[in-house]
Amino acid sequence: MTRRQKNILNWIVTFLVMVIICLPGLWVVLSAFRSNGEILTKPTVWIPRNLTLDNFRAIFGFGENVVGIPVGAYFWNSTVIAVTSTVIAVVIGMSGGYAFARYRFPGKAKAFLWLMLSRTVPGIALSLPLFILWSWTGLIDTKMGVIIVYTAINVPFTVWLNEGFFRQVPRELSEAAQIDGCTPWQAFWKVEFPLAKSGIASAGIFAFLTSWNEYALASQLTRSTDSKTLPVGLMDFTAQFTIDWAGMSAMAVIIIIPALILTFLVQKHLIAGLTFGGVKG
Amino acid sequence: MANVSLRKIVKRYGALDVVHGIDLDIQHQEFVVLVGPSGCGKSTTLRMIAGLEDISDGEILIGDRVVNHLPPRQRNISMVFQNYALYPHMTVRENLGFSLKIAGRSQADIDTAADEAARILGLMPYMDRTPGELSGGQRQRVAMGRAIVRHPDVFLFDEPLSNLDAKLRTQMRIEIKKLHRQVGTTVVYVTHDQVEAMTLADRIVIMKDGHIVQTGTPLEVFERPVNTFVATFIGSPPMNLVEGVIEGGVVRLGDGNSLPVPPAFGNMTDGRRVIFGFRADNFMPDGHGLAETGPAATVNLPVTLAEPLGAESLILTELAGVEVQGKMLNPRPVQPGEVLSFRLSLDHCHLFDAETGNSLR
Repeated sequence: MTRRQKNILNWIVTFLVMVIICLPGLWVVLSAFRSNGEILTKPTVWIPRNLTLDNFRAIFGFGENVVGIPVGAYFWNSTVIAVTSTVIAVVIGMSGGYAFARYRFPGKAKAFLWLMLSRTVPGIALSLPLFILWSWTGLIDTKMGVIIVYTAINVPFTVWLNEGFFRQVPRELSEAAQIDGCTPWQAFWKVEFPLAKSGIASAGIFAFLTSWNEYALASQLTRSTDSKTLPVGLMDFTAQFTIDWAGMSAMAVIIIIPALILTFLVQKHLIAGLTFGGVKG
Repeated sequence: MANVSLRKIVKRYGALDVVHGIDLDIQHQEFVVLVGPSGCGKSTTLRMIAGLEDISDGEILIGDRVVNHLPPRQRNISMVFQNYALYPHMTVRENLGFSLKIAGRSQADIDTAADEAARILGLMPYMDRTPGELSGGQRQRVAMGRAIVRHPDVFLFDEPLSNLDAKLRTQMRIEIKKLHRQVGTTVVYVTHDQVEAMTLADRIVIMKDGHIVQTGTPLEVFERPVNTFVATFIGSPPMNLVEGVIEGGVVRLGDGNSLPVPPAFGNMTDGRRVIFGFRADNFMPDGHGLAETGPAATVNLPVTLAEPLGAESLILTELAGVEVQGKMLNPRPVQPGEVLSFRLSLDHCHLFDAETGNSLR
């Protein structure tokens, strides 16, 4: 095969893979701007005939058809839950990762292994015990209940990622800073933290996306507008006999946008974090 | 005044002692080098002086102050690390000024001090670069600059040259010595390289297995090693050591050859098992050595191998089943197997006890 042919083949394969990855997303975005009628037409209309913002108007409560779904409340719940659990997970991950990277203590290897093993359990397998436990303790259908669960899911990962990043920062830097007059606390914030920033940022974004997008556990643990998150709220578009595909797609777009913006904002750090993960033995 | 005193310093990891009660007094402005093979406790000792390791037992004094429980920042020391430990996210200027900034000094003060250090070390053109953009030698200079800006009581160096290539190492060695002359601060310097130790030190402290084996000026430890360990560790090539037994004023070697007891060692009881030590510099083929006046012995030995170094050749040969090295000045080509008559100058030879390895002087 000549170089040129190889090149062409590469492009074709890449294109196919990208189509498989991107098409569903694209379809959701397109559907968000079409009417239900057009979405459900047979044969399928591939190229939209007319785009409309009606679906968004309906969601936000102006226009002719108002969808009776409290999107604002869901958005607020999602934001509170994702931000809080991310902040907690990042703080714990940072301190835990630092401890694992820097200090020797009995049972360290085992503790780290168990922390990692906890990630092998699919969260949904715990949903029934969690449901019962949360009912007893009154945490069911509260934001706090979901925050606790998401924090637990995220902590092992943030600890792991931060551990790797702090391990990459030579111990001598903190020692040099302490000799230069820093307290250990100052040495951390002035030298080690700035160097591990990428890792902390990527741990944060991953934790946020996990919490923002999680559906399975939230669908079990939330009931009302007090705690329902956006992904769970999507199911409000399904009635007994009908599904409002257009509204659902519009809401999906609303869910995607903040995640997308955040990812773009920290993309530099994210790439540093990901490539680093690639070489971590 | 910043003398440093170690009093019965012990470092213990669990049940394992890595430093066994070291005593050492370092004078104000003295340049002391701790040298020894890896794992001898020299770096641990340095880190205890710095306050980066706890002291399990004993006392460390800097000036007249016991510093055992003071954190590093209160000891007024500075340290140059093996991997330089420069702050990668700061420029050279910020690296140099970091300690003063932490101390809350004014920006004008910081700039003056950083410029001063940069001028001494020739770092002016690199002030706005980050460490990643510097060569090894330049990083080394920044690390030293960071150490001098604070005018500390004591400089600590932890194998600062071992990451440099051979040529740069020689150059930086000279710079360190000049720097010491210029700033006159007390220095404690750790290395495993005996050449560095010899060239830099006012006083060498040779360590092994957590003990101090010998302390002295470079010439003292070279000329009067207290045991076979020091004899082989200091000097290059290492001292030749051959076992033998005392017999009527001579040392009878295993192969039947005999060497006279060196004059400095007086009378030895017959039958005592000893190790005879001599350096290549005092073991030279006839006509290719120095015109020496002291007592000498002559041994005829076949050459195993010759290593020409230019101004001299190293001659490998075998004495009593042990490989020994001699030196040939004004060298001529030598073939393996050729028998040379070596002149051994006895004033520079040593006897050690065969059991303990201690000098019998």
